[in-house]
Amino acid sequence: MALRSLAIRKAIGLGKSVGLGLRGLQTVTLPDLPYDYSALEPAISGEIMQLHHQKHHQAYVTNYNKAVEQLFQALNKVDTSTVVQLQGAIKFNGGGHVNHSIFWKNLAPVHEGGGEPPHSSLGWAIDTHFGSLEALIQKMSAEGAALQGSGWVWLGLDTEFKRLVVETTANQDPLVTKAPTLVPLLGIDVWEHAYYLQYKNVKPDYLKNIWNVMNWKYASDVYQKECP
Amino acid sequence: MAAAAAPTSWLTGQGLGGRSPGFQFPWRSKEKLQRKYTGKAVYGQISAKFELKPPPYPPNALEPHMSKDTLEYHWGKHHRAYVENLNKQIVGTELDGMSLEDVIIVSYNKGDMLPPFNNAAQAWNHEFFWESMKPGGGGKPSGELLELIERDFGSFDRFLEEFKSAAATQFGSGWAWLAYKANRLNVDNAVNPFPSEKDKKLVVVKSPNAVNPLVWDYSPLLTIDVWEHAYFLDFENRRPNYISVFMDKLVSWEVVSKRLEIAKARATKREMEEERRKKEEEEENSEDEAVEVYVDGDESESE
Repeated sequence: MALRSLAIRKAIGLGKSVGLGLRGLQTVTLPDLPYDYSALEPAISGEIMQLHHQKHHQAYVTNYNKAVEQLFQALNKVDTSTVVQLQGAIKFNGGGHVNHSIFWKNLAPVHEGGGEPPHSSLGWAIDTHFGSLEALIQKMSAEGAALQGSGWVWLGLDTEFKRLVVETTANQDPLVTKAPTLVPLLGIDVWEHAYYLQYKNVKPDYLKNIWNVMNWKYASDVYQKECP
Repeated sequence: MAAAAAPTSWLTGQGLGGRSPGFQFPWRSKEKLQRKYTGKAVYGQISAKFELKPPPYPPNALEPHMSKDTLEYHWGKHHRAYVENLNKQIVGTELDGMSLEDVIIVSYNKGDMLPPFNNAAQAWNHEFFWESMKPGGGGKPSGELLELIERDFGSFDRFLEEFKSAAATQFGSGWAWLAYKANRLNVDNAVNPFPSEKDKKLVVVKSPNAVNPLVWDYSPLLTIDVWEHAYFLDFENRRPNYISVFMDKLVSWEVVSKRLEIAKARATKREMEEERRKKEEEEENSEDEAVEVYVDGDESESE
């Protein structure tokens, strides 16, 4: 894994530290996966993981940095119309980076706890809000399957009311665009690129199998931080 | 997967509503489209099931630019699913028996889409998409189409830039279109000025998910599918490459020209009908000398 991350760093030409652009503009970098590309098989193929990480996520990072650089310049020149015009690219690519960074942490190989149901406070909260873990899984899978086009399905925590919610967002909109008080615990990418090579158009199978590599531990940690 | 022996001509009777390659754009009068979709079962209606029409070429005909695998999945699984699910959704409802374009307009519901919209529009979009391509396609258009492109975009290259950019910047899933825009104010009490050539022009538009320009009353002439399933097997995430290959090697400009002819003819016909209707109304009004005057306490005179 170290060799691979070295290769990635070389390929994208950025150090592990935050890149510095003009006058201290900070850029984002592609995070490493905490596991090998093939570690999530057979739920998600190594081919998909590699493409998804090295091509798609990388493209969001690159384009976000480009857009932010242009934004910086436009702000300095007080070029308001360009500032406004860049918002679409920033939302899309920035959202893509935010969402995928969470997504990689949402997944874990089976031998590292992927698929193991949540215990402690999150498990209890799920039972209270949804009746059972199975009910939650069914609900999220159904919402994911029903989503037309590209988007995400989320298990989120409403930090204001301390309540769990299932939400969907379109394209690369992060969960906060639904409500600023929402914190994502788990997200499932239902863009076609997330499953197409392996599952083709049978999205429901992807949504069934991904639970086998779901990293509930991450979700629990986030939950416990917000609801100590 | 039965895509092996696709017919070489477009027109084999039953397509989606048995249309000719020129398509019928929804130049319907407003009255016809007042039908509301209530989802209630209507008994005694003949079920006009939509059919999945194969593309006008076999699945390997577009290689190496669009692979046989893509055609088989995109047409054989995705497009087929839209058609089959649409039929299931509308059978026995008020939409059953309507033409596909009418189903689209009614279920679009001015933006508050009803459930059948996605399947109906995607079924239409995909048939339109297959017919927009041909083996050995690409190159440049000619004749009137080229003239209009040069008039409305400045040059063919500028049009190409705009179209490719629209296709590349449709975030998420959707379509990019070249359309003929010949509509006017769409409110009941608008008095439209006599249409001049300036009202009618070619435009490039993009739309998300299943939306298409029929719902804005434009005449689509060309489309490219930018849902990931359209290019993922052949191009992975390199959408701009897919778009370039589509424009350089796949577009059937003959079909686009044909569609333009039909769109123009329809627009003219519609204008003439509107003129005729306006004249009739004027004549009706001028026959009566009496004019309705609302005065407190008096009865209004009837026409």
